[in-house]
Amino acid sequence: MWMWVVHRTTGVAIFFFLVVHVLDTALVRVSPEAYNDVIGTYKTPIYGIVEAGLVAAIALHAFNGIRIILVDTWPWALKHQRALVWVVWGLFALLMIGFLPRHLSHVFGGA
Amino acid sequence: MSTADATTPVVEPLRPIRSGRSRNHAEQWSWLFMRGSGVLLLVLIFTHLFINLFSGDGVNQIDFAFVAGKWASPVWKIWDFVMLVLAMIHGGNGMRLLINDYARETWMRKTLKTLLTACVATIVVLGSLVIFTFDPCPLDASGDLLPGVPTFCEDVR
Ligand code: HEM
Ligand code: HEM
Repeated sequence: MWMWVVHRTTGVAIFFFLVVHVLDTALVRVSPEAYNDVIGTYKTPIYGIVEAGLVAAIALHAFNGIRIILVDTWPWALKHQRALVWVVWGLFALLMIGFLPRHLSHVFGGA
Repeated sequence: MSTADATTPVVEPLRPIRSGRSRNHAEQWSWLFMRGSGVLLLVLIFTHLFINLFSGDGVNQIDFAFVAGKWASPVWKIWDFVMLVLAMIHGGNGMRLLINDYARETWMRKTLKTLLTACVATIVVLGSLVIFTFDPCPLDASGDLLPGVPTFCEDVR
């Protein structure tokens, strides 16, 4: 039940992000400076945190999506679906532990 | 049957599936597409994020020249195009399912779905045009390179 709420919320968030993302990428057809100006704001700390949230949303939606596919098609996975929820959170935690230190050091200066 | 009025809809018996949605022909395709595109999107998007946000200097490396460098290769053009189309249809179809679930009035469902279709179509067309009409070395009115173009533009001229 909870995973269903998570899956819906992240799906909707990613959808709206993608609409904005295609619009900002379209600025490469306006001029290099217009694109660089807007992308420049994405390198600020506030956006850095938004980007971390986006990666978290993608990771959760993607891993949980795979769990849904497995549970719908594979009897073994259906039987163990509660355990698989923990696998989703485990993979999510691993990915964020790998990603966050590097990303935050890019955003907050340093390496 | 004699008491049923003529407006009672004839509903095909629906075979339930485990995730709780009912099946008919169109919905069966939708169900399959969400799963097929999901698996592909996992690979496409994780690679996209790895290259643009994790390797090199992460977000700090992204500027016009970075995009020009990537789109110099047809591999990344096709990659982005497939990602654009699949993600917008997957996300758009997902939004359609949510509209079906939450919008109660018929007019509301119709309006939202029309808006959604227009939005998905606009973004797919715009995004595709951007990828395939991209010019890495744009010039200003007097024929000089605009500031911010990649260094290889100097050599090409
Ligand atoms: C990264 C790889 C992805 C995977 C593995 C994945 C997987 C899935 C699956 C299996 C479903 C079907 C759920 C169901 O039928 O009940 C789904 C639903 C959905 N997805 Fe994705 N997806 C991915 C990426 C995306 C992206 C990029 C977007 C947005 C552009 C998105 C938005 C949605 C939405 C809005 C739903 C509907 C949620 C619902 O009906 O509860 N997904 N996803
Ligand atoms: C914060 C994370 C992200 C960053 C920094 C980023 C960066 C970029 C950049 C620099 C481009 C230009 C072309 C290229 O490099 O391939 C691009 C294009 C694109 N990105 Fe992302 N991206 C991010 C997240 C995402 C996500 C989550 C999705 C999918 C849901 C996505 C989908 C796309 C698509 C479809 C294009 C092509 C746009 C077009 O057709 O004009 N991106 N992105």
